Amino acid sequence: MNAIKTILRRELLGYFSTPVAWVFLVIFLVLTNAITFVVGNYYERGIADMQPFFVYHPWLYLFLVPAIAMRLWAEERKSGTIEFLLTLPVTASQAVIGKFLAAWLFLGLALALTVPLWITVNVLGDPDNGSIFTAYVGSWLMAGAYLSIGSCLSSLTRNQVVAFILAVVTCLVLLLIGLTPVAGFFRILLPQAFVDGIVSLSMLTHFDAISKGVLDLRDLLYYFLMIGFWLCANLIVVELRKAD
Amino acid sequence: MIEVQALTRRYGFFTAVDHLSFNVTAGEVLGFLGPNGAGKSTSMKMLTGFLAPSSGTAIINGHDIRSERIAVQRLIGYLPEGAPLYGEMTVTQMLKFAGQIRGMNGAECQRAVDQAIERLNLQKVRHQPTDTLSKGFKRRVGLALAILHNPKVLVMDEPTDGLDPNQKHEVRNLIQEMAADRTIIVSTHILEEVEAVCSRAIIIAGGKLVADDTPAGLIRRSRFHNAVSLSVAEDSGLDARQVASILSELPEAANVEVNGVEVTVFPDGDVDLLSAVNNKRDEHHWQVKSMRLEAGRMDEVFRQITLGSGQAAPTGASQQNNNKQEAA
Ligand SMILES: Nc1ncnc2c1ncn2[C@@H]1O[C@H](COP(=O)(O)OP(=O)(O)OP(=O)(O)O)[C@@H](O)[C@H]1O
Ligand SMILES: [Mg+2]
Repeated sequence: MNAIKTILRRELLGYFSTPVAWVFLVIFLVLTNAITFVVGNYYERGIADMQPFFVYHPWLYLFLVPAIAMRLWAEERKSGTIEFLLTLPVTASQAVIGKFLAAWLFLGLALALTVPLWITVNVLGDPDNGSIFTAYVGSWLMAGAYLSIGSCLSSLTRNQVVAFILAVVTCLVLLLIGLTPVAGFFRILLPQAFVDGIVSLSMLTHFDAISKGVLDLRDLLYYFLMIGFWLCANLIVVELRKAD
Repeated sequence: MIEVQALTRRYGFFTAVDHLSFNVTAGEVLGFLGPNGAGKSTSMKMLTGFLAPSSGTAIINGHDIRSERIAVQRLIGYLPEGAPLYGEMTVTQMLKFAGQIRGMNGAECQRAVDQAIERLNLQKVRHQPTDTLSKGFKRRVGLALAILHNPKVLVMDEPTDGLDPNQKHEVRNLIQEMAADRTIIVSTHILEEVEAVCSRAIIIAGGKLVADDTPAGLIRRSRFHNAVSLSVAEDSGLDARQVASILSELPEAANVEVNGVEVTVFPDGDVDLLSAVNNKRDEHHWQVKSMRLEAGRMDEVFRQITLGSGQAAPTGASQQNNNKQEAA
């Protein structure tokens, strides 16, 4: 526990002692607001909720989360500090969890910085704040799932660009299989149950309800399983390939 | 106390470390020598729990590196090859991080950090990000990280690489100071360092142990051991080759070599060659600029052992045979 906390603190310190954190936060805020107002027709809709804000998160995270995740392990391997870290008395799982939690908290912070938008909605109208809160939690969980994928793939290589591309492609696949036209295309070729199974693996499917404020236990379970699965894979890769 | 038992590591089909076995006891400083790619760093990575052995193991102060990795890492201090550091952190932040991971509390950690900074003369750079440090300073930060928790076992991969002569001297002193009740392994390519700080040295080549001896014992294997070298004064009209041919007739001499104005006489077994050469000099009234009894040459021993162990260099192999006969 102590080791996880120490690693987490070091990672966060690392984010903020380089411009990475500030650049990311600014880009995140600019993009979320731009999408909400420009793409989402926030004003024209005339409804006081945050749908336009949340609905594009799966696509926004597609690029932003891998950008945070790519350095997690690739940089550590490139600079050789992985040898320093893993010869301290910490287990590989403590390191994997500590690094993941730090990045996830950082994404949580970015998300928290959009709260003024939530306040604005309350000033303009009378939204369902419970739903909005649920959607925030859902969005953060989804970010965690993207992050666990990015973290795992970042441990496969010492090249951050490769890590970024691998993560974007993997996340994109997990998004696209949830789109109705894509699923429809596969329904022609493959058995019904099989396609349903694949669709249910999509990030998009599970974000739909939660972003509208509907909390389904299965969606929560999906995100936690996703994170658990990818972090386990992350751990195995670190254990097996740390010296390469 | 470190007991290495048939430690082996393969990378694919390539065996980097091949059934390595040796012991190091507390109070010893073990020099770890071998040509580039011999497997020194790979062995150290296994000892410190970074790499899992393919087979074999090592027991460090009673803890098996395979089954009790964390216990081993708690008591070991390690300087990895190249001293990798988190570039964006300052020296103090880095040291504190290591202290906290090792479970030190606030005051204890601060004290350990201050002490390590002092011992490695890092006061001037303590608030500098490690990215901006020169190579030698980076190495010293790596050393400070290794000794931070006063470890009972210290493993250092080329600790003096990149240090200036003063700092080399300081680090050697530090190692000697720490040696008293600790088990220390240092790898190095600097052979004088072995003579200066190590109480024992092992040489590996191609992943295999090829020598395990004290530095003095290694030097004794040199064909120069107990040889006598003399340089004739150039303006005396004396010819080195003439001197050599006279000396080669000595019953104590096995062989004589001439290198410019220097004549080296090799002893034939355990004989008092120096007196014999001295007598000849007096007899012929040679004007000699210098004359010395050789202890042996470490670099020559290293070459002979590491090249002789492979299929390479026939001269190396035959020299090793000679040595064995001498020892017998
Ligand atoms: N990750 C790896 N994959 C494949 N081969 C490796 C790997 N790491 C090391 N090797 C090989 O193992 C051998 C031993 O390497 P090692 O780094 O232990 O040598 P060394 O004795 O420390 O050499 P040096 O004196 O140059 O530091 C080398 O031939 C090296 O190429
Ligand atoms: Mg090495």
